[in-house]
Amino acid sequence: MNTHAKPWQGIVLIALVLAALPFAVGLGMGNAWVRVLDFALLYIMLALGLNIVVGFAGLLDLGYIAFYAIGAYLYALLASPHFGLHWPTWAILPLGALVSGLFGILLGAPTLRLRGDYLAIVTLGFGEIVRIFLNNLNSPVNITNGPQGIARIDPISIAGVPLSKPLEFLGLALPGVYLYYYLFVLLALVIIFISLRLEDSRIGRAWVAIREDEVAAKTCGINVRNVKLLAFAMGASFGGVAGGLFAGFQEFVSPESFSLMESVMVLCMVVLGGMGHIPGVILGGLLLAVLPEVLRHGAAPVQKLLFGKVLIDPESLRMLLFGLTLILVMLYRPAGLWPSATRKRELSA
Amino acid sequence: MDTFLQQIFNGLTLGSIYALVALGYTMVYGIMGLVNFAHGEVVMIGALTALAVIKPLAAAGLPGPLAVLGGIAVAIPVAMLLGFCIERIAYRPLRNAPRLAPLITAIGVSIVLQQLAMIIWGRNYHSFPPLMPATVREFGGAQITDLQIIIVIVAGAMMVGLLLLVNVTRLGRAMRATAENPQIAGLMGVDANRIISLTFVIGSALAAVAGVMVAANYGIAHYNMGFILGLKAFTAAVLGGIGNLAGAMLGGILLGIIESLGAGYIGDLTGGFMGSDYQDVFAFFVLIVVLIFRPSGLMGEKVSERA
Amino acid sequence: MNVLLEAVGINKSFGGVQALRDVSLTIRQGEIYGLIGPNGAGKTTFFNVLTGLYAADGGGFSFDGQPLDIAAPHLVAAAGIARTFQNIRLFANMTALENVMVGRHLKSRAGVIGAVLKNAGTRSEEAAIERRAVELLHYVGIADHANALARHLSYGDQRRLEIARALAMEPKLLALDEPAAGMNATETGALRLLIEGLKNDGLTVLLIEHDVKLVMGLCDRVVVLDYGEKIAEDVPEKVRRDPKVIEAYLGGAVA
Ligand SMILES: Nc1ncnc2c1ncn2[C@@H]1O[C@H](COP(=O)(O)OP(=O)(O)O)[C@@H](O)[C@H]1O
Ligand SMILES: [Mg+2]
Repeated sequence: MNTHAKPWQGIVLIALVLAALPFAVGLGMGNAWVRVLDFALLYIMLALGLNIVVGFAGLLDLGYIAFYAIGAYLYALLASPHFGLHWPTWAILPLGALVSGLFGILLGAPTLRLRGDYLAIVTLGFGEIVRIFLNNLNSPVNITNGPQGIARIDPISIAGVPLSKPLEFLGLALPGVYLYYYLFVLLALVIIFISLRLEDSRIGRAWVAIREDEVAAKTCGINVRNVKLLAFAMGASFGGVAGGLFAGFQEFVSPESFSLMESVMVLCMVVLGGMGHIPGVILGGLLLAVLPEVLRHGAAPVQKLLFGKVLIDPESLRMLLFGLTLILVMLYRPAGLWPSATRKRELSA
Repeated sequence: MDTFLQQIFNGLTLGSIYALVALGYTMVYGIMGLVNFAHGEVVMIGALTALAVIKPLAAAGLPGPLAVLGGIAVAIPVAMLLGFCIERIAYRPLRNAPRLAPLITAIGVSIVLQQLAMIIWGRNYHSFPPLMPATVREFGGAQITDLQIIIVIVAGAMMVGLLLLVNVTRLGRAMRATAENPQIAGLMGVDANRIISLTFVIGSALAAVAGVMVAANYGIAHYNMGFILGLKAFTAAVLGGIGNLAGAMLGGILLGIIESLGAGYIGDLTGGFMGSDYQDVFAFFVLIVVLIFRPSGLMGEKVSERA
Repeated sequence: MNVLLEAVGINKSFGGVQALRDVSLTIRQGEIYGLIGPNGAGKTTFFNVLTGLYAADGGGFSFDGQPLDIAAPHLVAAAGIARTFQNIRLFANMTALENVMVGRHLKSRAGVIGAVLKNAGTRSEEAAIERRAVELLHYVGIADHANALARHLSYGDQRRLEIARALAMEPKLLALDEPAAGMNATETGALRLLIEGLKNDGLTVLLIEHDVKLVMGLCDRVVVLDYGEKIAEDVPEKVRRDPKVIEAYLGGAVA
């Protein structure tokens, strides 16, 4: 077998697996699980965005979900009966990336002098401020519709075909969750691609350099301010795109979806997967998005099986196990489940 | 200006509680450079444990304040034990791990404690029986209850006690030495592990008392109360300059007053545009502004990076 | 010979400690210029002021015929001054090669778009960066460890890596803060050859060093600081016999 064919074989294999996955999941376990996959993909996009800020540049951001919120509300305001606007998807998503990126710079700029945990609490504050504004900007002028959120958002549509409706394809009716899956996979791949390219570049090295030693990075000629703002902007723009997709997919947004716990969740994905290591972060996003669902569905039946009745509220049990997982993984793999190869190689050497 | 004075009183009460909790954050941070994200849950467990003791005691006919004292007497050791276990399980194995690893275990512990509390005490709000003297006193047009006065006094006494402990006793000296440099403290015969455990235990005791205060002040307690309270207290610690005890006290009281004033006046300030729902925005906004001008908090040491 | 760097009346104090008091000195193009003095004399502080890490309380620099903007470290780097640190500051979790590649930051320009598209320009720039970094690792003699994480290198290799990273910036002035500290005799010998080689290639070197033999053997001229003040500036033989210098060293910590 000639070696040149190998990467292609890999790519074809991955493409086939990704294409077949929703069918395997959907037919095996029901379409609800395809929906879980869709969400997992959104989380992967978010985790990759946060990875640029936390993993590469080493800036602990606890308010990252704000950018997801901004992207989502932008979509909601521009494509729903709320303002009677119905902009096309392809116009909103790039705008979402741009606006979130600008917010990234805006929120990042005042924090540049802060380090470590101070930065964490300030970004956390920003995240909460954004959420509180979303919650309250319904009076005196109704912009966000407050805690009720914005409903009846236009579904994402491509070439005039809304993804919310089943699509007849080769005599097969593909449900909306499948269509969204393919769109999300595509965009996740784009984001993965961008992340990989950035990591292996002059900019990526500059990010890691300021993470490792800001003073040394400065004396190497890196303009730390600009490079940090760039990290905030890039990370935020990924979040903005994911937010837009979320709004179109759910057809509903409310401030509840953008709580601090969500920021924490995304951070857990990044750290638990393997900070700064893209495959690890993807794994982290996938696991932490799917695990709670598995626990949600498994918690009641397993208890019935073991004790003959449901002893503990499944919702509670699922969060309990989730918390335990975070603790155990970190105790046994402090560098994450899948840390970068250099680190592993070094550890075993 | 009766609203003004009223908001100051309310803020002082709230601020004393924040300060007690903030001390727990700041002590741990001072010694280990770690944000103990699970600290808010210790407050919650303290409050619910106390309540579980207080209710039967009161029902048995014990006078209100005595029942409350009984509750606190049980809540403190429970919280101390909890603090001890948290450090042992979630932080000690990770002393030399990457910086964010203990943050994630802390989040894990926080989730686990919340869920355990929910399993034990349920989802519902528990009302705190009106056992404490609620006599209302008038002061320059503002009202203050005995409970508020008690909270401020007890919190103040505990803070003074802590300052004495840290600044005067042998144990305090060992704590300060460990915070300064664990290796050197170790060489001088200080058992750093013991000091760290003690720090968690002391912080947890303060947290338990703060938990009872919150429950008494608002009249309710529930499994979810620790998170936002912890967040506020951590904000207060950062505001004052994390790692600095006096800073945590100052930050706590300031944050309490800022929040109360913010809630009272934000409507007037913005011409009715923003209501008291923006109270939290106000708190974070002040924090951000302070940190922009004093990146290490109000009383934190100015860190000029040694190159 | 042309003047490369001129410092005029540099002052810096920390609280009550006057770390630099009216320090003026001149470094000529192509020389190895030694900066010595007892511990705490202000040598490192001089580096930190020069490279924009600390704001000076007074005074200024001119570099290569221009006033030097020391408002931010990256501006100093862009002007052509590279440095190492007394207590080595590498990018610990990057490989040796990557550390040196970071040093090429100013000599390359690919931004986000270039990085993502990876067009011909970016590819050739990246290749050039890597080629130069490998060359430099060979030059300082640690090419074998190109793919090891910086924090896993031996102490001497870390010092050499830091020099390679500084050299990657193609500076006009290389400022080394105690490069021989903690090295054994063999390593110090190799370092000496390295610095001599740099001089032969025309680089100007500003060297803080405690190893008197090394300084006297290497440097064309030497300045001596004591309690933040310049007490001598001359060729090594003269400085060695200067009573004020002898007094400073005998009175202070052993150099
Ligand atoms: N960042 C700083 N903060 C406070 N004092 C400092 C700082 N850096 C240096 N100093 C003080 O300035 C003086 C000179 O220090 P330094 O320049 O490091 O000396 P040298 O490198 O000659 O040994 C010393 O007294 C030192 O304690
Ligand atoms: Mg020095």
